[in-house]
Amino acid sequence: MTTGNRDVLLEVKDLRIEGRSGEEWNEIVHGVDLTLHKGEVLGLIGESGAGKSTIGLAAMGFTRDGCRISDGSVSFEGEELVDGPQEQLRQLRGSKIAYVAQSAAASFNPAHKLIEQTIEVPLQHNTMSREEAERDAIALYRRIQLPNPGEIGFRYPHQVSGGQLQRAMTAMAMTCRPKLIVFDEPTTALDVTTQIEVLAAIRDAVEQFQTAAIYITHDLAVVAQMADRIMVLRYGNLVEESDTRSMLSDPKKDYTKSLWAVRSFQKAEPFAGKPDMVPIMEVRNVSAAYGEVPVLDDVSFAIHEKQTVAVVGESGSGKSTTARCMTGLLPPKQGEVLYRGEPLMPATKDRPRDQLRHIQMIYQMPDTALNPKQRIRDVIGRPLSFYLGMRGREKTERVRELLHEIELEPDDFIDRLPGELSGGQKQRVCIARAMAAEPSMIICDEVTSALDQLVAEGILRLLDRLQREFGLAYMFITHDLATVRAIADEVVVMKQGKVVEKGEKNDIFKPPHDPYTDLLLSSVPEMDPDWLTDLLDERAAKGMTFEQSAGN
Amino acid sequence: MMQNIWKELKKAPLTAWFGMVVIAIYIFVSIFAGVLAPYGETDPVGFEYEPWGGDFLLGTDNLGRDMFSRLLYGAQNTVAIAIVTTLLAFFLGGVLGLLAASLGGVLDQVFSRIMDVLMAIPQLIFALLLLTIFGTSLINMVLVIAVLDSTRVYRLARAVAMNIVVMDYVEVAKLRGEGLWWQIRHEVLPNAMAPLVAEFGLRFCFVFLFIAALSFLGLGIQPPTADWGSMVRDNATLITFGDITPLLPAAAIALLTVAVNFVVDWMLHRSSGLKD
Repeated sequence: MTTGNRDVLLEVKDLRIEGRSGEEWNEIVHGVDLTLHKGEVLGLIGESGAGKSTIGLAAMGFTRDGCRISDGSVSFEGEELVDGPQEQLRQLRGSKIAYVAQSAAASFNPAHKLIEQTIEVPLQHNTMSREEAERDAIALYRRIQLPNPGEIGFRYPHQVSGGQLQRAMTAMAMTCRPKLIVFDEPTTALDVTTQIEVLAAIRDAVEQFQTAAIYITHDLAVVAQMADRIMVLRYGNLVEESDTRSMLSDPKKDYTKSLWAVRSFQKAEPFAGKPDMVPIMEVRNVSAAYGEVPVLDDVSFAIHEKQTVAVVGESGSGKSTTARCMTGLLPPKQGEVLYRGEPLMPATKDRPRDQLRHIQMIYQMPDTALNPKQRIRDVIGRPLSFYLGMRGREKTERVRELLHEIELEPDDFIDRLPGELSGGQKQRVCIARAMAAEPSMIICDEVTSALDQLVAEGILRLLDRLQREFGLAYMFITHDLATVRAIADEVVVMKQGKVVEKGEKNDIFKPPHDPYTDLLLSSVPEMDPDWLTDLLDERAAKGMTFEQSAGN
Repeated sequence: MMQNIWKELKKAPLTAWFGMVVIAIYIFVSIFAGVLAPYGETDPVGFEYEPWGGDFLLGTDNLGRDMFSRLLYGAQNTVAIAIVTTLLAFFLGGVLGLLAASLGGVLDQVFSRIMDVLMAIPQLIFALLLLTIFGTSLINMVLVIAVLDSTRVYRLARAVAMNIVVMDYVEVAKLRGEGLWWQIRHEVLPNAMAPLVAEFGLRFCFVFLFIAALSFLGLGIQPPTADWGSMVRDNATLITFGDITPLLPAAAIALLTVAVNFVVDWMLHRSSGLKD
């Protein structure tokens, strides 16, 4: 494929990008080549720090603050973008190359109506009159299947849902009929059920307008639906590149294989308890509200020793609120929470220290769950002295044991601050802090959703091993059904503050389901490139409209 | 640890270095005023208004006391009182602000509204009023300024802590069963420290000027104690004769204010995480 090939839209050669840390420039992308043909969708995948977004932005001749393109060339339709004149780049961006960011909610200006922002680019480039542009925007809204296309544009960003916003952003990118759109993790922040509608809309739009696209994501199953060709990146290097089907069926490199294998993890020993045992924790007919707004309605379930109960549902379904009731941060309006058959006091501050010790919690964002000013020694040491009265050398020894337990080298880590750890290491420290209390159950609130898949798998393996060694019970709050499949014994499905379905994992995953469970289950992307097409066909055959199929 | 501090210092801009050197000199002078001063603080050692040079480096004041010695002692008195007052204001405002942010609800409302009322009245006029009511003494002045200035500290401490108390690590401490005071001291305060320290420098300047202003008006530090504000007032008549001596204490105040602000600017810049 030479530059003379008329089909080539974008050609990146030996791209090197440097990032500044302090006074020094470090190379973060080490010579990546990339060719994109007209109408082709290229998937870029890799863990965080792989340089996906940096490369995606460089395709527009742009670098973030503190970064610079040090070498290589980016040519778009034969025009060189690296160090091109700013005026020329500005003309190109928006009209021929567009960008869709991860968080539409953060990218829209809350002070303007959607349609104002949608037609901004064509007006600025003087390609359409205002009326034409508005008519065109409405046509685009219809095309990407937004509800009430004639009216939705006249709402403000906060008046539409997250999934709709992400689709509106795709419409915005389409207004000038660009030849290339860069999608930077457009569905990562969405629920599985909403993700489908956005994926379908993007794919549809890209096909109809014959737009080429670079699709950046860390979710393999998503990229399998979207891309014609996949590039796997790691540490700013290209690991492997081939077309989607052969990449999925026959990855060549070890790293790619390990990425593919993440989803095969399975809990080592399934729970084998008797139903008549007294559960470690039981939630009995709990209803709760924030002020006057009811959030939980008659929620009941039980967690036994050595058992993992997964609580699943979309955001806003009351999963985390249930955890808050159990820990006493939000005393329930009705019902009670029992620990080993004994009712617990509704509020945390009334519970004796020993009860608090037995119920520990791990959070979604390890960044905010660790005090940035406390050294790891103190983070893990405090529960030891607080609950178990350990001091001095005994405490230090125990901290080292715990670090060893979570597979971090004690000498290396004990005196570090959280800022000096990676995301996965921070989450491990959070686990150690919970373990330090010698609890009998741990509530895990979306503990893997902020982490890369490989790192997340490591965390799941660690939790599984700790469960076997120390006989822990877990309550696993998650919206990721792949995680549920991997480690749950029992599943509780929640929707709008109610328990929709609960039972053993295998029963839940086996039909017949409650319609909502079915929707959740069928919305989880699979590694099959035909999955989305098949699913949409199937749902269409059932007569569901797009919005219904997306659960709205 | 020492190495890190040194590394940070080396990166400090010239203005910050200038500020730190000046502050160091002031601290040195105020500690060793008794040793450095050629004459006593309150001894009339010569005639009134003697010119510069000779026995008296900077001449004498309206009562025949050595100007240079009084400048040195003035550093000791004014700086020490300003530091004590600022510390008191920070203790008061900081504790209340952190409590309000941590507890929220009614307590937060009550504290905040009281502070609003205090802040609604112009500070200097309010201080004059209070000092007239309670009488002018050193302790009264320190207390009045500390209370009035603590309102500003309260607002800052509360605003900063508000963003910290919603962090998961504070919730972790709460769930562990830690007491309120432990949570504030170990989880909230260390993370609120940077902006508070920067504010301390700034507040110190205001307090310092405030004390000088009150002394100039005769309500602050009382004679015969040497302090820069009243020294300006006592010798003000000399200005009409073209003698700049009364400006010296004023210049001493100005220099310290500028120096502290240079250092504070640098610290604010660092704590905001801005890189140039």
